[in-house]
Amino acid sequence: MNDLLISLVLILVKLGLILGVVLTMAAYLVLAERKILGRMQMRYGPNRIGPGGMMQPLCDVIKLITKEDFVPERADKWLFLFAPGLTALTALLSFAVVPFAPPITLFGRQIPMVVCDLNIGLLYIFGLSSLAVYGVVLGGWASNSKYSLIGAMRGLAQMLSYELALGLALVPVVMSAKSFSLNAIVMAQADWPNMLRHPLAFTIFMVSIAAESKRTPFDMPEAENEIVAGYHTEYSGMRFGLFFVGEYINLVVIGAITTVFFLGGWHGPFLPPVIWFIVKVLFVAFLFIWARGSMPRPRYDQLMHFGWKVLIPLALLNVVVSGAISLALRS
Amino acid sequence: MHLWRDIKGTLQPFWVTLGYLFKKPVTIQYPEEKRSPPPRYRARIVLTRNPDGSERCVACQLCSAACPVDCISMQAAEDADGRRYAAWFRLNFARCIFCGLCTEACPTMAIQTTPDYEICNRDVLKLVHEKQDLMVDGCGKDTEYNFYEHAGIGVVNERGGNADEYGPVDPKSLLP
Repeated sequence: MNDLLISLVLILVKLGLILGVVLTMAAYLVLAERKILGRMQMRYGPNRIGPGGMMQPLCDVIKLITKEDFVPERADKWLFLFAPGLTALTALLSFAVVPFAPPITLFGRQIPMVVCDLNIGLLYIFGLSSLAVYGVVLGGWASNSKYSLIGAMRGLAQMLSYELALGLALVPVVMSAKSFSLNAIVMAQADWPNMLRHPLAFTIFMVSIAAESKRTPFDMPEAENEIVAGYHTEYSGMRFGLFFVGEYINLVVIGAITTVFFLGGWHGPFLPPVIWFIVKVLFVAFLFIWARGSMPRPRYDQLMHFGWKVLIPLALLNVVVSGAISLALRS
Repeated sequence: MHLWRDIKGTLQPFWVTLGYLFKKPVTIQYPEEKRSPPPRYRARIVLTRNPDGSERCVACQLCSAACPVDCISMQAAEDADGRRYAAWFRLNFARCIFCGLCTEACPTMAIQTTPDYEICNRDVLKLVHEKQDLMVDGCGKDTEYNFYEHAGIGVVNERGGNADEYGPVDPKSLLP
């Protein structure tokens, strides 16, 4: 009984910690993205509120909360109200299986630094990222707006097709770790990060996760200069905020799972593991922001062609080749 | 296949944006840093004075007629010696579009634009400038021009006695 209570409290503490850190990171990634993009375009970005614009996320939240929560006429009301929550929720839930430090021993108890070390953690993340499609699709469908619907359709097709490439890119990682557990995958990268062991898989993974999370070179679902804001055109106030924050939580999640799968997780010299983990997550987030500042948006059909005709065959080939190599190395 | 071209085209923009990341922004941070506009910038409108310090405006209404948004109004009055002046002169900056047509229309160089662009105000009525708000002490862009030294003869100067004045032309003597 006592033991169960302690485990429960520990889980709650870890949940609270992760929620706080991830939400703060997401809020400040918005600011960081705006500032970095600004500097890439030779302007300052937000720098009025607080020192260096540090209070900007707070003001944004206040603004979003106090704005009118508008439901368009003839929208599917309950789906419309439900969809943004789904986006933010699936993004947040993915963090439950991400190990952010090695287990620590406290008062004779071994505490794993992960909320829940599922032995099918990778599949869990995939399941959630498939569910995240529903946030986009339901939001776009329920809005009763052509732009939203176009955005939702694009989002649906794009996310489903790139999930295939994403999954195939992770097969070599699972093969070299011999486990679906994220903890085991991190442990298997103690000497070599998977990025160096599977460079092609890493490249495919980076491209398809950008498409999967609708980040900028692949932001067709919300392409603002063709379809206003895509699937969240009709949203206002905090519901738009949930989509928005969900996107940035997703950026943190992408950073985390890229770190876990390819950059060696919390492994690293000199610095404590948690710091290494955060540094790697922020570096991946910077990569995506950098890509947003650099890359134009491809056409929608180009995106689908690239996914189905280039990435998926490449990923399949990569699975076969790396499987053969690991077989040859074993014998 | 343009594989190399495509890979180069994908990676090169990253290098370019990384370069720009470390350049100084060109933004002028307005309330702290102010740019000084060129001298002929068309912003706040003023009424200037002659080199001898008298008012230039003769209330001819040409500026008010030229104004495309009708933001200038005035009432003409006459001195004891017959010289015209504006009894009141009102310029509504809430309406003004700073086109400068009034300054082009003005025969006496009285109404002129200045580079002072910080005139916005939350209270619209404070943007309606009366004559005492518009009058300035200097001559503005032309420091020598005085309308009544070239025109208005018979009003402030005696007819016939001026240095650059010729006698009246006899139209009949010009006949072939």
